[in-house]
Amino acid sequence: MSIFVDGTNRVVVQGITGRDGSFHTREMMAYGTRVVAGVTPGKGGRDFEGPGSAAVPVYDTVAEAVAETGADASVVYVPPAFAASAIMEAADAGVGFIVCVTEGIPVLDMVRAHALARDRGSRVLGPNCPGIICPGKTTMGIIPGRMVTPGPVGLISRSGTLTYEAVYHLTRGGLGQTTCVGIGGDPLIGTSFVDCLAAFAEDPDTEAVVMIGEIGGTAEQEAAAWASANLNVPVVGFIAGRTAPPGKRMGHAGAIISGSAGTAAEKTRAFEENGIRVARRPVEIAGLVAESLR
Amino acid sequence: MNLHEYQAKELFREAGMAVNPGEVAGDPEQARALAERFGGNAVIKAQVHSGGRGKAGGVKLARSPEEAADHASAILGMEINGLVVGEVLVCPIEDIATEAYVGVLVDREGQCPVFMVSAEGGVDIEEVAATNPEAIHRVRVDPRYGLLPHQAYGLAARLYDDPGLVRQAARIVAQLYDVFEGNGASMAEINPLISTAGGRVVAIDAKMSIDDNELFRRPAVAALRDTASEDSADTRARDAGLSFVKLDGNVGCCVNGAGLAMATMDLVKYYGGEPANFLDIGGSSSPDKVVAALEIITSDPEVKVILFNIFGGITRCDDVARGIVAAVNRIGIDVPLVIRLTGTNEELAREILAEAGLAAVATMDEVVEQAVRLAR
Repeated sequence: MSIFVDGTNRVVVQGITGRDGSFHTREMMAYGTRVVAGVTPGKGGRDFEGPGSAAVPVYDTVAEAVAETGADASVVYVPPAFAASAIMEAADAGVGFIVCVTEGIPVLDMVRAHALARDRGSRVLGPNCPGIICPGKTTMGIIPGRMVTPGPVGLISRSGTLTYEAVYHLTRGGLGQTTCVGIGGDPLIGTSFVDCLAAFAEDPDTEAVVMIGEIGGTAEQEAAAWASANLNVPVVGFIAGRTAPPGKRMGHAGAIISGSAGTAAEKTRAFEENGIRVARRPVEIAGLVAESLR
Repeated sequence: MNLHEYQAKELFREAGMAVNPGEVAGDPEQARALAERFGGNAVIKAQVHSGGRGKAGGVKLARSPEEAADHASAILGMEINGLVVGEVLVCPIEDIATEAYVGVLVDREGQCPVFMVSAEGGVDIEEVAATNPEAIHRVRVDPRYGLLPHQAYGLAARLYDDPGLVRQAARIVAQLYDVFEGNGASMAEINPLISTAGGRVVAIDAKMSIDDNELFRRPAVAALRDTASEDSADTRARDAGLSFVKLDGNVGCCVNGAGLAMATMDLVKYYGGEPANFLDIGGSSSPDKVVAALEIITSDPEVKVILFNIFGGITRCDDVARGIVAAVNRIGIDVPLVIRLTGTNEELAREILAEAGLAAVATMDEVVEQAVRLAR
């Protein structure tokens, strides 16, 4: 099984006619994702040309797209100035699962967007995240399909390319995945490590979980405590940013050490205290997972 | 983006807040004249993006205009945590009865702004949080309603008993929220907020950080950036759209993706080396970005080797390879380049590099080991 999404979701792409939106829509459709609609304000009424001869209707608003196509999930590839508004529009239209890939959204915009999504009962993944992929079934976002393969490992990460690095070694080591989730590098994200762990805990096919964290905030510590109390499968961890200086933003808006809790040392300690084995190098992750499954 | 104290105070004043007077001086003569205008006594404060200014000797009291000039002359040009002081703020000396702390920042856990106040002001608030957490009172702000009047009053009542002082402080708390929200800040802080023997409540220090993601729609705030006080490499990286942080080592790093870039730095350290920088070239891999990245990295004389760690997903390895070749041809690079490329169009990338006489390895560990060896 997979978490949050499966092959049955009807996906609307917000920003489908943009450079990133159109490219990744074709990639998602080629992987098998059911993209039923696109939204670009002002471009409603056209068809978006997918791979092969597949045509996807484009609407001006998410509400129209939902009414016409029954879309129940959305991917947002809208520029930062309008992305929080796109998330709120999707939540208001009743879309239950919203993946936001956009990086660089003002944090105070996301304060409002997250509050509204919570009120409407929508789950937001991200922003500033690579999305989610259920190998062999569906993908929403930008995670390249060819590096994953079906199997027993659940993966959660705050990063994009570091996730690919870890998945690459897992796949090469014969360790497939149930679902890989990029939760995003922003300080305010809609779906946390704990939310993902709770979903994996309900999935009988997930036999081990990999958590890839980084400096900044305390989400890893909370996840470690939750896993220790509630999760019956082994967890392997990795923390990026051991050499990051305090007070400097390391690319991701959320990756900044302020106070002692946000350091890699503190997160590693929390992982280990809760029985999570921590890889010192990305290449070690697959080996630790293999050992934990024995 | 951090604001200087005087810039934050200007925003506070625009919101109508009670802030102590003060003006910026760029040389000792200006400082002398300002001290004279303030009646002879003045406090001289280094304007630099660093905490611990006082401990570093960047804040001094002057009892005469001459002393003000002397202090300004000592502080201007002083280095505090690696940053050179270019300006001082000259303020009259206040008659302080009590010192409190008021701050607002974005709370990750609550996903909303949170106010923090403490009657123990004038000291490092992180220290108070660690040693005496009960002394800090927190109130979360619901983004749907903003800071409500009773919340502002409740926060102020934690600081003072006297109703007159509480009323003044409540106004300042509300004004601080307006400044925070109105300028797209990620943090705004008054430490200390003082009460005077005469019964006034005044902000005599100010600290503010603006969310970088807000700057595109706030040109007036963006114009406050003090590029003179930052490393020129930081300015160039920002102009080129690169995430860059200078570090102290000699292994230059050029990576796609922030998480992978951090993991690469960590791996350099793991193999006994020291990273010279954090650099994320991002998802786009145009030759121009690669050239800009290489120019920034090679401008650091400490750099002995440059490593590329590219995991192609959306980023195509052949694009990066073309960028590297273009960069090598356009700017002379006299340190060794070691390259790792894996993922999308990896084979094509290797061919492009081979034609230019460059080689690439397949794993992150290999490239880092090579780089660390070459840096020795």
